[in-house]
Amino acid sequence: MLLIPCPWCGPRDEAEFRYGGQAGIGYPADPAALSDAAWAEYLFFRDNPSGWFAERWFHTAGCRRWCDALRNTEDNAIAGACPPGGTLPEVPR
Amino acid sequence: MTATTHPAPRWTSRDPESGYDVVVVGSGGHGLATAYHLARDHGIGNVAVLEKGWLAGGNMARNTAIIRSNYLWDASAGIYEHALRLWEGLADDLGRDVLLSQRGVLNLAHTLHDVRDSVRRVNANRLNGIDAEWLGPDEVKKLVPILDTGPSLRYPVMGATYQPRAGIAKHDLVAWGYAEAAERLGVHLVEDCEVTGFQRSGDRVVGVHTTRGPIAAGRVALAAAGHTSVLAATLGLRLPLQSHPLQALVTELLEPVLDTVVMSNAVHVYVSQADKGELVMGAGIDAYNGYGQRGSFATIEHELAAGVALFPLFAQARLLRTWGGTVDVTPDASPIIGLTPFSGLYLNCGWGTGGFKATPGAGHVFADTIANDRPHPLAAPYTLERFTTGALVDEHGAAAVAH
Amino acid sequence: MSGPERVEIVFDGRTLAARRGLSLAAALLEAGVRTVSTGAATGRPRGVYGIGAEEPGAFVRVESAVGAPMAAATEVAVEDGLRASGLAGFARLPAGQEEPAAVRRDKVWAHCDVCVVGGGPAGLAAARAAADAGARVILAGRGAEFGGGLTGAAAAIGGVPEREWRAGQAAALAAAAEVRLLRRTVVTGRYDHGELIALQRRPDAPAGGALERLWHIRAGAVVLATGGAERPIAFEGCDLPGVMLAGAAAGYARRFGVRPWRSAVVFGCHDEALWNAAELHDAGVRIAAVADARPEPGAAPAAALAERGIALHRGHGVLRARGGADGTLDAAVLAPVDPAGRACGDPVEVPCDLLAVSGGHDPVLDLAAHTGLRPRWSAARAAFLPAALPEGLHCAGAAAGTRAAEDAVAEGAAAGAAAAAGPEVPGGGAAPGPVAARTAHGAADGGAPPMALWATAGPDTDEAAVVVDLAREATLADVRAAVAAGRSSVEHVKRSTTIGTGPDQGRTSGVLLTGLLAAMLGRGMDEVGGTTRRPPYAPIPFAALAGRDTGEFLDPVRRTPMHAWHEAHGAVFEDVGQWKRPRYYPREGEDMGAAVLRECRAARSGAAVLDASTLGKIMVAGRDAGVFLDAMYTGMASTLKVGRCRYGIMCTADGMVFDDGVAVRLADDRYLITTTSGNADTVLAWLEEWAQTEWPHLCVQFTPVTDHWATVSLTGPRSREIMAGLAPRMDVSAAGFKFMTWRDGEVAGVPARVLRVGFTGELTFEINVAAHYGAAVWEAVQDAGLEHGITAYGTETMHVLRAEKGFIVVGHETDGSVTPLDAGMGWAVSTKKDFVGRRSLARADSARADRGQLVGLVPDDPRRVLAEGAQLVAASDAGAAPPVPMQGHVTSSYDSAALGRSFALALLRGGRDRHGERVLAVHLDEATPARVVDPVFYDKEGSRRDG
Repeated sequence: MLLIPCPWCGPRDEAEFRYGGQAGIGYPADPAALSDAAWAEYLFFRDNPSGWFAERWFHTAGCRRWCDALRNTEDNAIAGACPPGGTLPEVPR
Repeated sequence: MTATTHPAPRWTSRDPESGYDVVVVGSGGHGLATAYHLARDHGIGNVAVLEKGWLAGGNMARNTAIIRSNYLWDASAGIYEHALRLWEGLADDLGRDVLLSQRGVLNLAHTLHDVRDSVRRVNANRLNGIDAEWLGPDEVKKLVPILDTGPSLRYPVMGATYQPRAGIAKHDLVAWGYAEAAERLGVHLVEDCEVTGFQRSGDRVVGVHTTRGPIAAGRVALAAAGHTSVLAATLGLRLPLQSHPLQALVTELLEPVLDTVVMSNAVHVYVSQADKGELVMGAGIDAYNGYGQRGSFATIEHELAAGVALFPLFAQARLLRTWGGTVDVTPDASPIIGLTPFSGLYLNCGWGTGGFKATPGAGHVFADTIANDRPHPLAAPYTLERFTTGALVDEHGAAAVAH
Repeated sequence: MSGPERVEIVFDGRTLAARRGLSLAAALLEAGVRTVSTGAATGRPRGVYGIGAEEPGAFVRVESAVGAPMAAATEVAVEDGLRASGLAGFARLPAGQEEPAAVRRDKVWAHCDVCVVGGGPAGLAAARAAADAGARVILAGRGAEFGGGLTGAAAAIGGVPEREWRAGQAAALAAAAEVRLLRRTVVTGRYDHGELIALQRRPDAPAGGALERLWHIRAGAVVLATGGAERPIAFEGCDLPGVMLAGAAAGYARRFGVRPWRSAVVFGCHDEALWNAAELHDAGVRIAAVADARPEPGAAPAAALAERGIALHRGHGVLRARGGADGTLDAAVLAPVDPAGRACGDPVEVPCDLLAVSGGHDPVLDLAAHTGLRPRWSAARAAFLPAALPEGLHCAGAAAGTRAAEDAVAEGAAAGAAAAAGPEVPGGGAAPGPVAARTAHGAADGGAPPMALWATAGPDTDEAAVVVDLAREATLADVRAAVAAGRSSVEHVKRSTTIGTGPDQGRTSGVLLTGLLAAMLGRGMDEVGGTTRRPPYAPIPFAALAGRDTGEFLDPVRRTPMHAWHEAHGAVFEDVGQWKRPRYYPREGEDMGAAVLRECRAARSGAAVLDASTLGKIMVAGRDAGVFLDAMYTGMASTLKVGRCRYGIMCTADGMVFDDGVAVRLADDRYLITTTSGNADTVLAWLEEWAQTEWPHLCVQFTPVTDHWATVSLTGPRSREIMAGLAPRMDVSAAGFKFMTWRDGEVAGVPARVLRVGFTGELTFEINVAAHYGAAVWEAVQDAGLEHGITAYGTETMHVLRAEKGFIVVGHETDGSVTPLDAGMGWAVSTKKDFVGRRSLARADSARADRGQLVGLVPDDPRRVLAEGAQLVAASDAGAAPPVPMQGHVTSSYDSAALGRSFALALLRGGRDRHGERVLAVHLDEATPARVVDPVFYDKEGSRRDG
């Protein structure tokens, strides 16, 4: 059970959250202007690194707010969390 | 005096040569089967299978070994049934027993919505020539008397689909059998050899960089499951894959109690009793991305709460060992097989939880795709392009809701 | 300490007297039971071999509560009425309900700064030090009391006799305000972010309390004081009952006063085994011989043995254990051995009934390994020791390789203090590394270094009788065969031989296997490595993992305020998400078909009423609510006038239908939207996601209000008359209260919001009242409708009525691969704006002409109701052999009172252009001909909706 540092509620069990995948994927300003390939990129293609990953969590059973978190997908270490689109810690190297 | 009842297939891990006609990245079941079929069916024996750890030590060593082909869509039915037919002849092909046990698989339905979907799938299976039956609760009870099919369950068993030819096999014996057979046909098996990148000549991939030096390759075949994204990223190739932990568990050895595979997607219980006697259970995928081969214990607790509800007899069974694999999941829960924007580079990935059961079929179809540089007809629906056109093969019915 | 109280236990049907406080293994040894169980594959006898979790042989089934189909006898506590029997390798699950209802399990979640795992000297000292530093501490120990390996020892710590020291520590901890002591608790797993799972046995629980408790501990820092695990040396016949670990044998004598042996041989390759021999002697066991494979054992233990007149055979090993007539140990064969364990001199046979063997001790590091730590081999110490530990994890005592009690205490105290000083929240800062382990083997102390020895062999040794893993009955011959077949990874050999996969998790065989492989392959110990230790450390019963999440608590049940009425009126319920919804209300003698036809007739000809409270309801408020909903719905929301309602569809970004409902404009900045019953949470999450992560500049907020309202949907041509009676001050006329409008007012004397929306095609009033009025208003509607023949109807009738009108149900007509256009809902899709999913509808596949499209079907035989889920094939494919091309499938199918016949909805390839065509609906072995028609079957003109 991961312990996710909700920026508003503090560290809370993963069971209180929904996972939201990669952070920072913006909805295109004008989807109609995109090629099928560019639209597919938006819809389906996400980073999938083995290592540090900026991702989103939704604190459904808490403050019902989304946050971004920086987690290492190898050992699950979490470097920090922030409101959506906020500043995450520098990726530790 | 010995407890080892299966004669051990023989193969040898060896040092890599400087180049091969085909380099297969990943020595899971798919990689080994691909190498085997390249050599056997296409006369391409100058093949190396590169493994970053120990042979077949990834998901192949960690799955619950369920085999079935009762999928809804034609494309899925096509490849999984192709695999099942190959499973049925695999022991003869390899000259090794793989303990294939066609004991039948039940997929339980717990709501009216499940029932409609299940019946739809059974009918689709039958029209595709796949054995499939719809069983009411009484028939389910007759088949698996220890299953609680009564009305007091939180989500009562309202019936089940049944595929008699489905079952389980012994995953290690499958991998080792392929390894032995492939090696006999000239394939090199190289352990402790991690691929770290690709050699390129323009848009052509001409080899790999490894922890044991560069290896030239006429063609490179990726069969690296959860690690595919990481490899592809070294080429700047983005794939619609997310890697998730998938957990499984076993109990101690039990006297026989269950001779059918029982699966319940609704409550995430997937259980069979292995030939040695332990209950083997799969859990649901953990929601978050992860490469650590471990998931959350809560996932196991939820599964076993549901497991004990369905099988009251299991209350005293004991969790002996849990472990996790890393599965690569696509947006439509179906695989990607085929060519890539780089000539000489081929993809077989995105199998999610379905990889083991597809092993012989995936190997056969992937080898054919590599040898002929075009998708095998059964692989044609599984190209990368489907994510652009929208022609998904969505097997998980995203909007499973009802008024 | 074990009290004198004697209780009766039953083993294998024999009644035995046993002392409370003993383990079953100790009690059996004391009672002279040498053979406890038999091996699964070979049927060879198995006796007690260890003293704790490492036990690989003596497996029993516990038949009394709390039962266990398989347990190591060393892990079962003697209690009055204990009933157990030896196992033949396999566990047997109890048939039927053997467990008394009193056996209960529960779960507890706990937090602490420092969790100390292990109640031995290092653990006690660590807990003490952490508590003194002000930390909140949880100390988990396996025993009924704290003391670990010390219990009963004669040693002294800091000049204080051990028993006194231990009592002092325990008392101080018990008195500390922020210390929680968990006895009889085994920590089974260590997970991310400081999570530990532990299983506690609670035989002394108050009546009705849980006898087993699963702890979920979130610890800021963890101290592993988990002790060491003794490993054996393999030789021919080493699985015979009577052969056991030397430390275990000494432990039975020291801790329990159990010493049933007449004559013992002790075999080891390190000083501690020699001290064990001295302990056994002092406990009254005759020591026939001691063999130490080292040419030069430690001077101090050698002197201790000499003082006692015990023969010490230096540079000797046991080549073979010989069995007697009863199949248990009779004699040991000793011979001089070289450093590899090979015999290099003449053997001698020494009669004995105990052969105590010890190859060394390895720290128990399972909990470190669960998150990836790999121990490193120390040649000097002949053990796998902890390598660099991650932040927040500390290690002390035998778990760090420190065997001497006084050293362990010092180390424990240091680890406890370091853990307490560390960060409270994992990841928040640096923690000190592990305390450097000290050696107790220095020559200055009269000790000598241990030697690594895995197996002995004589010229005629049968390797198939040299058992490496007693639990799995795997032998040296098996290991050699695996290597001969090309296996070079320890994981492969494990899988080939099954070594390490038994219920003991190979605690006595794991390091042995690594050592044997290193020797066979000519590799280093670290290069070979060990197999991965996986959780749980000790087996956990499924029932304990389920806890109280059983029966109806498996998943919460949601009931509407009118649920009791439904039950009283004989409703048959269906599960919709977590909700229980009435499916139909059969009357005496009615089956579902008859009940549904009756309910449908009432709705079409009189009045009928549905409990629609389960529909999801979300308040969408804020200046930009309309703009936001325009992006969410395929249709327009911002243009909806206050006072009006509009049907809306939501799509995934992929363009597939994902939910539908009604948007009600309450005010310029306020909407109430409804969702499907099972999907309210998902839709809320969806809205929050877009609002918070994509368009945070929009002013819009969401409040889930599903449970705030009870919803009574009154339908049918007579419903206006009923409404008029119920709401005398409300204008319910067709002109005054138009379709797709709403108003607030009073219904049945309570404040209500009434919507003129419906799903039946008939005149409908949807009455929403505060949830606590729900039951009363529902009954008031029943009463008011009595003279109009009002009939309660359930989801099945709702589905028939809406299908007659060609309305889709998400989940029937859609499956995640259906666009709004496929579902014939093009009229609800705006072409004037963007919405989530719109771009996807323009992709090649989404625009395909032959996509599955919603159609109606009428079977040729009007009495035949097609099966939902039947597949559609071309009429020309009748009787064709598989594979038969499929054209679509039946999504909903019913008998219709209004139509006087059966009908169905289906998705059919290119179906919109195929009206009039005949297809076959194939279900199992039947193919039923049907004609493709428009999906609106009833009142195409919509003339009935206003009554």
